[in-house]
Amino acid sequence: MRIGSPKETYAADESLFRTRTQWVWFGILLLSLVLYPFMANLYWLYLVCLICINIISATGLNILTGYTGQVSLGQAAFMGVGAYTVAWLDNNASTPFIMNLLAAGAVTTVVGIIAGLPSLRVKGLYLAIATIAASFILQFIFINWESVTRGTRGINIEPPTLFGVEFDNPDTFYWLVVPVTVVMLILAANLFRTRVGRAFIAIRDRDISASVLGINLPLYKLMSFAIASFYAGIAGGFYAYFYGSINPESFPLLLSIFFLAAIIVGGLGTILGSILGAVFMTLTPELLRYGVDVLEPFVHDASALLSPVRTMVFGLLIVGFLLFEPHGLAEIWRRIRRFFHLWPFRN
Amino acid sequence: MDWLFFFEVSLAGLGFGALYALTGVAFVVIYKATRVINLAMGEMLMFGAYLFFGFAAGFMLPVWLAIVLALAGGALLGLTLERLVIRPLLGENPISVFMVTIGLASVLVGLVEIIWTAAPRSLPGFLPDDPIFIGDAFVAPKTFWSFIIAGVVIAVFLVLFRFWRGGVALRATASDQGAAYAMGINVPAVYSLSWGLAGMLAAGAGLLLGSIAGISSEMGFFGLTVLVVVIVGGLDSVLGALVAGLLIGWIESLAGVYLGGEYEHLVTFIILMVVLLLRPWGLFGTREIERL
Amino acid sequence: MTILEVDGFSLSFGGVHALRDVSLTVAEGSITAVIGPNGAGKTSLFNSISGFYRPQKGRVTLSGQDVTRVPAPRRAAMGLGRTFQNIALFRGMTVMDNVKLGAHVRMRTGPMSAMFYMGRARREEVRVRAEIEREVFDFLEIDHIRRSPVASLPYGLQKRVELARALAMRPKVLMLDEPVAGMNREEKEDMARFILDVKEQWGVTVLMVEHDMGMVMDISDRVYVLNFGQRIAGGTPAEVQANPEVIEAYLGADDMTTLRERLRGERGAA
Repeated sequence: MRIGSPKETYAADESLFRTRTQWVWFGILLLSLVLYPFMANLYWLYLVCLICINIISATGLNILTGYTGQVSLGQAAFMGVGAYTVAWLDNNASTPFIMNLLAAGAVTTVVGIIAGLPSLRVKGLYLAIATIAASFILQFIFINWESVTRGTRGINIEPPTLFGVEFDNPDTFYWLVVPVTVVMLILAANLFRTRVGRAFIAIRDRDISASVLGINLPLYKLMSFAIASFYAGIAGGFYAYFYGSINPESFPLLLSIFFLAAIIVGGLGTILGSILGAVFMTLTPELLRYGVDVLEPFVHDASALLSPVRTMVFGLLIVGFLLFEPHGLAEIWRRIRRFFHLWPFRN
Repeated sequence: MDWLFFFEVSLAGLGFGALYALTGVAFVVIYKATRVINLAMGEMLMFGAYLFFGFAAGFMLPVWLAIVLALAGGALLGLTLERLVIRPLLGENPISVFMVTIGLASVLVGLVEIIWTAAPRSLPGFLPDDPIFIGDAFVAPKTFWSFIIAGVVIAVFLVLFRFWRGGVALRATASDQGAAYAMGINVPAVYSLSWGLAGMLAAGAGLLLGSIAGISSEMGFFGLTVLVVVIVGGLDSVLGALVAGLLIGWIESLAGVYLGGEYEHLVTFIILMVVLLLRPWGLFGTREIERL
Repeated sequence: MTILEVDGFSLSFGGVHALRDVSLTVAEGSITAVIGPNGAGKTSLFNSISGFYRPQKGRVTLSGQDVTRVPAPRRAAMGLGRTFQNIALFRGMTVMDNVKLGAHVRMRTGPMSAMFYMGRARREEVRVRAEIEREVFDFLEIDHIRRSPVASLPYGLQKRVELARALAMRPKVLMLDEPVAGMNREEKEDMARFILDVKEQWGVTVLMVEHDMGMVMDISDRVYVLNFGQRIAGGTPAEVQANPEVIEAYLGADDMTTLRERLRGERGAA
């Protein structure tokens, strides 16, 4: 435990960052986020945009699965709902993109609440299975509701514009998605300073006792579903704008597994875990791609191996972390930090 | 309405349903013994089918030997997964174990695609293909024979489950693990047994499924339908798996023909949602009493 | 003045009768104890009063209101606090958050204002924090562990944190399920003192299940005895100790002197 950071008010003691050091680091982080676009090339900007989209979605899933203990395999499908909402509004209404994005969040929230309804009757593993069903049904709708989704042909989205600036490239899109990501992370962190977040954790740890202590389980489970889907919807909306086109194949079950892997690898039930997990899982395929490029001259048709190797590595990461480091990268990070707290004054 | 056609479609559905039932039994065996909901079941089935493909088409072994080797390989896969991955996690949060099986599914898909690529293949035929008629109704010979084989395997399994020492140990462990331990049953061995047995059943189902519909790295999707089957039947009920397997096979087949192919699985998942909302413990499953 | 009344509870699980026509009344401001051998149905009774089990027959009244059909969380909100037999703290939270969770029912923050953590949400959070520090942590002497994860605490402290969580709710009736089970003599004395203080200083009515006869007889105003799911006696500690049926339930024999000795023995141990 940290000592030597006395507070004079309870409000100060309840703040998000409790030591001066934490504030300084947060400042440095924000500053480097501002400076980054001036130093990175387009490819690295593209990666950061993608990471941010994944962080938003992973944070949502972590609220539902990591904090509330409700496993969901529907996060990708919910992203799809957000993406299609943006796409439809973009093609059929001339609403500004901020409204489209909020609408994506709102529509997905409603869909998420409906998909979460089984949580009123079943829990734990049954619920995970219900989300598989929900995600399959959504996939069916993406393919077959042609008048809205244009079926398997997919649908194109114009890049968003604000004050005459067109966010059509990673170097402009960066300024859109990064601030929103930071805000959404802070919102998520705030949640767990209040009774709502405590109720979520209580449901995860001991749902029945929580209920006897006055927590309305159905209400809070659905609330958790709603928040998780809102995050998915916003992430999906960004996804649609970022890639400029979507089709039903953009949101497969494998993408839901990707997000589940992200929060397991990063750390279930921590905000930091969502960030670390999303960064790690987004960079892993890039690293694999790099590895394939290196192998290309030596191995016949190495690029064909990329997709299966990626599938396998996702699986191995899930299994490996659950077996050997169930608290994820966030725990490793904490261990490193603890080491440096006293360094070099320790034996 | 063309009743003969309806009858033919129903027979085809029941043929498929027998495979659901067979895989469902494998699922239930694992659940009963280890309380693990194994999301990698479909992928274990796929792996068995690919093993057969590898032995028969790759190494050009005789078909009967390839079948034996594939079944043995399936059992070995089950044993290995249990020992390396599942056992260290027993007693942990069931949700962790569930997520691990999701990871395993992903690993198996990747492995198959690395070795055999993602391209669909057809299996060397090993079922007789003389046309079969029941009354006036035509049944695809492969469907007919796979139904018969699945039926025989399930029957043998039920007899083993009832009378063989291992089967009794398995049932004892399922009903009360602690008591089984105290009575001198080697519970870890029962875990291994259940996974090995389930691996073999799944590989067998994979062979039959592959010989009807061909194999591909996406055939693990079959496992999701089986998941629906065992939930509808009741996770801990062998009888439930049999009844629900045939039922869902039949309904899917009807939906596929009368509503259109894309509705086949939609109907399955809608059934799942309804069952989860109305009777989450399934048709024949045990309802658990919650304790504080 | 009766604050909690149970009238004719009958509860069975698939043919096993956990409770048979059990009735009891708890007077406001009193300490009432429920005792009985293992498996007598004491915890089933508690869970039924909490609203977690739904007895097939019987009614329960809290502060004059019939709450038989009221779900568990609402009963908590109406002032029914409790602790659990095998400690039910939330392992993923610190002591502070566990205790704050107890105050859940008297807070109002919704998800939106929680996420922005401004205005009301913030004020409410700080106010409850201050109240807990002042009323609960000082009283139970656990302010030094407020930031510890609960899983790392010794058993006696965990029990105390559970009591703190129940008090943070500011309950009208506090139900304690074996508050001193598994404690050493010193911890038991501390806990008995806290329970008496809860009654005297906070004016909270206490209903407890306890095996420790010494403590029950010392601090209770009224004692009920359950055996095989049935109420076999009820009255002041002295009346209950003199009841032949109680003696039989505990010893299986009509042997006054042995029971007296046994009670005295346990009292000595406590």
